[in-house]
Amino acid sequence: MTAFWKTIAVARKELRQIRRDRRTLLILLFVPAFFLLVYGYALNFDIRHVRLALQDNDHSAASRELVSAFVNSGYFDLVADAPSPTAIDRLIDRGDVRAVLVIPARFGSDVVAGRSTAVQFLVNGDNANTAATVVGYATGLISTVSTRYEVLARLTSPAGPVLSVEPRVWYNPELRSTLFLVPGLIAYIAMLTAVVSTALSIVREKEAGTMEQVRMSPIGAVPYVLGKTAPYFVVSLVSSMSIVVAAILLFDMPMRGSWVVLVGVVSLFLVGALAFGLLISSIADSQQVAFQVALLTSFLPTLMLSGFIFPISSMPAFLQVVTYVVPARYFLVALRGVVLKGVGPAVFWQDLVALAVFAVVILALASVRVRRQWA
Amino acid sequence: MGMTRLGHIIRKEFLELRQDPRLFGIVIIAPIVQLTMLGYAATTDVRNVPLVVVDQDGSSESRELVSRFDGSPSFDVVDRVSTTDLVDEYLNTGTAWMALDIPANYGERIRAGQPTTVQVVADGTDANSTNVALGYAGTLIASYARELASPPGRTLAPLVSADVRVWFNPQLESKDFMIPGILALLLLVVTTNLSSMSIVREKELGTLEQLNVTPIARWELIVGKMLPYAFIGVIDVLLVVFVALYWFEVPLRGSFVLLLAMCHVYLLTTLGLGLFVSTISSTQQQAMMTASFFFLIPMVFLSGFVFPIENMPEIIQPFTYLIPLRYFLVIMRGIFLKGVGLEILWPDALALLAWGVGILVLATLRSSKRLA
Repeated sequence: MTAFWKTIAVARKELRQIRRDRRTLLILLFVPAFFLLVYGYALNFDIRHVRLALQDNDHSAASRELVSAFVNSGYFDLVADAPSPTAIDRLIDRGDVRAVLVIPARFGSDVVAGRSTAVQFLVNGDNANTAATVVGYATGLISTVSTRYEVLARLTSPAGPVLSVEPRVWYNPELRSTLFLVPGLIAYIAMLTAVVSTALSIVREKEAGTMEQVRMSPIGAVPYVLGKTAPYFVVSLVSSMSIVVAAILLFDMPMRGSWVVLVGVVSLFLVGALAFGLLISSIADSQQVAFQVALLTSFLPTLMLSGFIFPISSMPAFLQVVTYVVPARYFLVALRGVVLKGVGPAVFWQDLVALAVFAVVILALASVRVRRQWA
Repeated sequence: MGMTRLGHIIRKEFLELRQDPRLFGIVIIAPIVQLTMLGYAATTDVRNVPLVVVDQDGSSESRELVSRFDGSPSFDVVDRVSTTDLVDEYLNTGTAWMALDIPANYGERIRAGQPTTVQVVADGTDANSTNVALGYAGTLIASYARELASPPGRTLAPLVSADVRVWFNPQLESKDFMIPGILALLLLVVTTNLSSMSIVREKELGTLEQLNVTPIARWELIVGKMLPYAFIGVIDVLLVVFVALYWFEVPLRGSFVLLLAMCHVYLLTTLGLGLFVSTISSTQQQAMMTASFFFLIPMVFLSGFVFPIENMPEIIQPFTYLIPLRYFLVIMRGIFLKGVGLEILWPDALALLAWGVGILVLATLRSSKRLA
């Protein structure tokens, strides 16, 4: 029997085992697409309808105008009145409002007379990201209002500022964070599905004692490892491609590049991820250890070190180096490249090479581990 | 009598844990290592945005504008080119996220005091960071414009200025917000995982039958199995809280005692959840799938760990109340950053406690039915 047929034999045996465990198979096939539906819809960084409380100590036409500039922007919802400092404390402590706008007395008379004045803007900073965006909205709105009064008071030329900026955004003109997050979600779900599906496969045989039987049979380590990977590869490729298609249909994710390249990129990533699960399985002595290691190495690192949510370029230098061993990092560059930018391997070939190296090295390591245990 | 039997089970579980020293090492060391690394990763602060400059003008005025960008910590000028066509390459490869395009007659118009516009082209793939970076660019240019419009040597202050005060986290450090969340997730991964395998392993190995014929009561079996895991959980709590406080110096403004107490209530929910998974699964593989797909992943995304619940669509928001981590995060962030106590946090504390007790009772009931 050639190595090829041995591989097929192991794959058939594994396939039978997958078929018998209906719950696992259903989870692997359908849960990923369901996840994408829920999370793709739920997750975004687009900050709208910030709950705002107001303390208006002026009650003039000008103060009302400032407040309506906030409300009409669509970014703020006026939900409460904060007549006193203790009321402000309470509202922010309990999380009833995210921000408070305090307009000083004499605000109206000051701006009309052209005297400088300041309004206070208090923000709950517990979520730094949201807070920074909210501060940006508020300072922008206040500076627009200011410019209007400066023109009225003839402090500035009515022609507007001497220098202005015209922003143009490529690839994602409406800056929908969904378009950024959905590829990340695809990578995350694919990584977990793949690692989780193979992490127990070898160690289960060890625990059940069937490993001895496999060892006695004339199967080499490499066909054994490949045969274990192949069925899960088919299952996870089906589920990964179904989430890609779901993303395109449900979230208007553009598909600007080539499908062939996309399938290639996804396959390369999956082989690496499945092999990683196998490696864990070949090292662990019990299923419990395998599960623990699989989760600890993929659950949070893929989320946080891949560029899914947190930009790698903002991380400290030593950590940027660590991200080079996270395969999802390369996958995300390639996936976003194909899908959002419509570029091909000419642009992201380095990431493809990295993915291929990862897959081959991990598969080789897993085979070596299995061979050593059999010896 | 009951206590001795309970004692035997606890001893048996500890012996099993000891037999697998690797597991013990993993559950103690991995959370610390992960927290120390991931704590640095969790930054949504946007810095060093790679910028490519298209200076079609090449005047001293255009160089002055570029130096403003270069001098700002938000931007990092990676290259200067002379024509707009070259920008494509930079944005496609991701070498630059943003391009500043200065038109040919820029210097001339500025000298003449004529209004002029520069273009900023941004890669919108990372919508969140791009939004922030565009804000930086806009502010930078606006303040430079104000300087240009002002008489030499004196910059006109705006008529209405914003006096912004950020509470709880004045430097807007995302680590202070994220680290309590990472801590909670690590505890969840380690402890849920341990207990989710607990009963199902005995089922798979066939040893559960043996335990069934002994005079051990169900609750003794469950308590005996959970206590060693709870012990590991408590060690983990102390270690990760220590790392958060002393390594990352996350400010602890509230009560340390309350913080530890709430961590233990949280452990009830994570252990109970694992136990529940263990009772509804017949193989360890099923337990792993069920735990990771139906519990762990939803917890990451729907708890408000990274993605604020207030941003989610109205239909999704009610579902987040089913997630115990949601309450724990409110409590942790409340104690760490806001320094509030039970007078404000009691609804969340109560919900968390109810969740923990509820799931433990449910799991015990289910396992009694299974074992009987």
